[in-house]
Amino acid sequence: MSDVVERTLSALPGLLGQQDPGAGPGGGPGRVSATSRLGGLIRSITALSSKHEEEKLIQQEQTNLKATVSAPTTTLRLMKECMVRLIYCEMLGYESSFGYIHAIKLAQQGNLLEKRVGYLAVSLFLHENHELLLLLVNTVVKDLQSTNLVEVCMALTVVSQIFPREMIPAVLPLIEDKLQHSKEIIRRKAVQALYKFYLIAPNQVQHIHDKFRKALCDRDVGVMAASLHIYLPMIKKNACGYKDLTESFVSILKQIVGGKLPIDFNYHSVPAPWLQIQLLRILGLLGKDDPRTSELMYDVLDESLRRAEINHNITYGLKALTYVIQQDPNLALQHQMTIIECLDHPDPIIKRETLELLYRITNGQNVTVIVQKMLDYLRQSKEEYTIINLTGKIAELVEKYAPDNEWFIQTMNAVFSVGGDVMHPDIPNNFLRLLAEGFDDEKEDEELRLYAVQSYLSLLEEEDTFYPQKFLQVMSWVLGEYSYLINDGDPEVIITRLHRLLKQTFVTSETKAWIMTAITKMSSRMSCSKTVDKLIQEFSTSLDTCMRQYAFELKHLCENKELMKNLFPLDASCDEIMVDASLSFLDGFVAEGLSCGAAPYKPHHQRQEEKLSQEKALNFEPYGLSFTSSMSSSGFTGRQSPAGLSLGSDMSGNSAEIGQKETNCLKLDGVRKLWGKEGYLPKKENKTGKEDKTQPVPQDSILMAHVVDPPLMQSEQQVVSLSEEEKEKQQLASTLFVGLGSNSTISLMGRADIITQKLKKKSKISETQNSEEASSFQNIAALPFSPLPDITPNNKENFQGSEHLGLRKVSLSSSEVLEASVSFDTSQSVTEAGLDEQLSNCRLSTSSLFADSNIEVFQPPQNIPDIVANKAPLSLCLPEELAGHPHSEIVKLCSSDILTVYWCKVWTDDCSLLVLFVANNSTSPLKTVNLVFESAEHFKIFESLSCHFPVIEAQSMESCQKCVQLEKVCTEGILSGSISYHLDTDTHLEFSLTFSLSDFIRPMKMTTEDFGRLWLSFSNDVKQNLKMSPSQGSLSIALNALKQKLKLHIVEIIGNEGIAACRLLPSVPCLLHCRTHARTLALWFRSSCSALPDSLLYQCQKVMEES
Amino acid sequence: MIKFFLMVNKQGQTRLSRYYEHVEIHKRTMLEAEVIKNCLSRSKEQCSFIEYKGFKLVYRQYAALFIVVGINETENEMAVYELIHNFVEVLDRYFSRVSELDIMFNLDRVHIILDEMVLNGCIVETNKNRILAPLFVLDKMAES
Repeated sequence: MSDVVERTLSALPGLLGQQDPGAGPGGGPGRVSATSRLGGLIRSITALSSKHEEEKLIQQEQTNLKATVSAPTTTLRLMKECMVRLIYCEMLGYESSFGYIHAIKLAQQGNLLEKRVGYLAVSLFLHENHELLLLLVNTVVKDLQSTNLVEVCMALTVVSQIFPREMIPAVLPLIEDKLQHSKEIIRRKAVQALYKFYLIAPNQVQHIHDKFRKALCDRDVGVMAASLHIYLPMIKKNACGYKDLTESFVSILKQIVGGKLPIDFNYHSVPAPWLQIQLLRILGLLGKDDPRTSELMYDVLDESLRRAEINHNITYGLKALTYVIQQDPNLALQHQMTIIECLDHPDPIIKRETLELLYRITNGQNVTVIVQKMLDYLRQSKEEYTIINLTGKIAELVEKYAPDNEWFIQTMNAVFSVGGDVMHPDIPNNFLRLLAEGFDDEKEDEELRLYAVQSYLSLLEEEDTFYPQKFLQVMSWVLGEYSYLINDGDPEVIITRLHRLLKQTFVTSETKAWIMTAITKMSSRMSCSKTVDKLIQEFSTSLDTCMRQYAFELKHLCENKELMKNLFPLDASCDEIMVDASLSFLDGFVAEGLSCGAAPYKPHHQRQEEKLSQEKALNFEPYGLSFTSSMSSSGFTGRQSPAGLSLGSDMSGNSAEIGQKETNCLKLDGVRKLWGKEGYLPKKENKTGKEDKTQPVPQDSILMAHVVDPPLMQSEQQVVSLSEEEKEKQQLASTLFVGLGSNSTISLMGRADIITQKLKKKSKISETQNSEEASSFQNIAALPFSPLPDITPNNKENFQGSEHLGLRKVSLSSSEVLEASVSFDTSQSVTEAGLDEQLSNCRLSTSSLFADSNIEVFQPPQNIPDIVANKAPLSLCLPEELAGHPHSEIVKLCSSDILTVYWCKVWTDDCSLLVLFVANNSTSPLKTVNLVFESAEHFKIFESLSCHFPVIEAQSMESCQKCVQLEKVCTEGILSGSISYHLDTDTHLEFSLTFSLSDFIRPMKMTTEDFGRLWLSFSNDVKQNLKMSPSQGSLSIALNALKQKLKLHIVEIIGNEGIAACRLLPSVPCLLHCRTHARTLALWFRSSCSALPDSLLYQCQKVMEES
Repeated sequence: MIKFFLMVNKQGQTRLSRYYEHVEIHKRTMLEAEVIKNCLSRSKEQCSFIEYKGFKLVYRQYAALFIVVGINETENEMAVYELIHNFVEVLDRYFSRVSELDIMFNLDRVHIILDEMVLNGCIVETNKNRILAPLFVLDKMAES
């Protein structure tokens, strides 16, 4: 078929000269006459030779069109032609907005083909939010009700292409009716229109889900296929909800694969391939991580695979092969020559795919060849993404399969020099960790380190060679740590080389810090060194303050060699260094300072916060944002800098860095010795591998044939007539694919390793984050803090005590609480009156937020615990400053024998707080309890995702508070996380909790005038009619229900109309207008946020259903 | 998901363009120019998929005309590759031997055909009879 097409298209130049190409052999369809205006335009377009000419032509055309479309005498037929000309203008990049309104008119007035072209032009010209689109709605409604099926079809098509979201309710019932239409095409297009609605306003089609099921079971294939488009995203969102449909999907696929569809669904004799793909996608989602559901699919998947024709577009084949190989490495053997061809393919995209494939089949025997191929590619590529990706892969393979020390170091050198500073920071970190931790065999370790030192020394020998910063840092660390292993070398030489580096301009100050540390370490092992003295002298006057400080430190250390030796013990990078994280030795100093009138220490974020609140008038950022970013960046520099290696105590100003027990030196704990086990274990296999290689070529391939399945025997027979080049390829193949096939256990093991290692890596990352956050947290909490307040309000002393306590707690808990308690403090200082009065004032001020609503405690339905057993012990109570706010019941979140976590939501005026109580049920203190939230799609947690308790005493309880903000509007979302603690062993508990939109809604007070003004300024609106049950009675009852459940502020009620306002935290307003008539409640939302009205409507629907 | 569907000739002139996500008009011309430059730079031996900015381009060449489809990572390249050919076969059936000029003179009809096949970036119909049915009805009505 394609031949035919190509032949006809190639005959095209000949056609160009002909008078009337429209009246070709087809004849049937009404063709444009070449002499018409459109014909003229097309002619001129084909004759264009420059951009300038085009501009002139289109401008002329636009002038003509402007006159024609607005002339009253223009017939619809001519108008249709004008539309096509307008489409041409826009297609060439010239906006022709003057014609948009006429496109809508044509759709409205035209007759069939004219109408269709009108609709087409509208869908091409306008975008979803174009204001003119509203003018189309009436036409669509009219056409949907038309008795002419063609018109109904057109209307449905345009609805499923482009339709204003706020007008969906106007057409929804009409389209729902069409689902029962007798003609398949109408049913199919109706489903497509509903799919569009699902995309733009999922909540509005929620009630018709059962109709989708009906469509799925429609007797017509087309209707069924259309419903799959809706199911795919729905299943992607919530696979669990649709498991029961698995069998339906399987049986549909079975019928398609079995050839049960009408013949015209075949494409080149494959039955409905696109439909098969869609079904496979759905089954993939349903079967993911669910063996029981997957079980149902195996048969049909097998069948589809068997029937699928192998395709030869090469990358696709490769990609498929890459996936398949993960299941069965033997398959790679059958295609090895193809893969070799692909490696030399001129197309870089194919090359990369091939490397990806090779990466999957790497094992201990072919690793050197494969890594070499990857390095070759790496050296040629300049794209950052490719470099990051490939260096990561190479490092992973090298760590796992390296056959010997020499190769390991050499290859890593190559990775470091090519990967440079774009590669992932984990690569150098992991490499150093491997070197430092070593493996089981002490002698091997030393050899490896020695080799590394030697290779770096020889690299540094050449002057003026450029190395990436990361590589220099690795070198200086290794030299500093292990240069003593060289027996015959003079440390002076090494120091000289490092010194030379310090003077290079390309070396950044971060790298210089690494080098200085290395020199410091080395000088601790020497009695005296001229170079070091020179260096001290040189940098004591350096303009770089950091370098100057290092130089001074070194100078002072050199004066006391004994101390220095203690500070830098040999080969002790893996030893734990105990650091007094609470800085208790400074307590006296701090107390003295405070007594002398110094201001109490405020952590960085608090200072930032205060600064921000002073600048309130100009701050347009949502609160808290700037603070989180500064937090993470400070953590980052802390980790990056090697400065605090062991000299930390000098930097008293920067307490953030001292507390990090292990983060500043290498993070060495919890690391698996991947390389060691794999690298040395396969020694025996290595030997056989080497034997393979030493054998001459022909025997080699015979040897392969033994390993490999029968299909390869044939190719082996062809070997006889191979040319030199092909022989080379064969040889390459044998080195690449060695260890696959019957030996596949090795690679299978390797594969399992990949998985576990990836998991490992992930957890490692979160661990480090954790410890980082935890440590910064510790710094903030410089003073030990006492358990939750148990203040009795009739003791004044106690209360003042609580003020202090409040301050300390402030530093631990979220920033919002901080503000609250700050205001609390000021109120106290203003009125030094009776305590009881203060407290009640305080209560009043907080609860007055909701005073107009007269509700003390809100209780969204989802918070009500199902089981009474989940209820928390009565002794649990909220911190004083929160108790006055409306809050949910305190319920159990998760528990083990030792520890129980309770939670509660507190809805304060300007945020939603999540309060977590961690109770230690055991009789011994719990250490290092870490609570970490996973980052959620819709929510943002301030100030960090984690919460750390250094110790929880036996039988006592700690609490922490997190401010949760809704980042992306949704009706409901899940926050999950885990808590871990150490008691004998590490234990890990997972939990998840639900937040709904209503948690983030607050009343918004305003007058009716304000409401009116705001109403007009908002463009996003949604209308919906809800049925009211008799019990809901009047408008005021319904509105009150909404007010209670959703925290709306009722602005005014007049007769059967009412208005209410609320805001989404922090301050996105949403307005509601409602009207009752004859048992229906018409809701009309408007907001400045496009997604909010929709979601609120959904919440209202739920409230109305429940009440 | 399909992001856009283009027909561009070797000279870089756009013959048909349909975007399934809103793109500003002036950005469209820039994008089309880059896309065709990318396609022209590739030889016959190279595969029909190009990674381009945030998406992938799947293209086929018919005589002097390129059909280029931009897709994101959720779409199957091969499915789109065959979709292009299916589209050309449909055009071939409708115009009985389609040519570039057929497409130019019947831009509206080609769009109508494409609208039957791809909606909202999804492949919705691939059965040739069903794709052409609505258009045949329209033509018949217009004649009578």
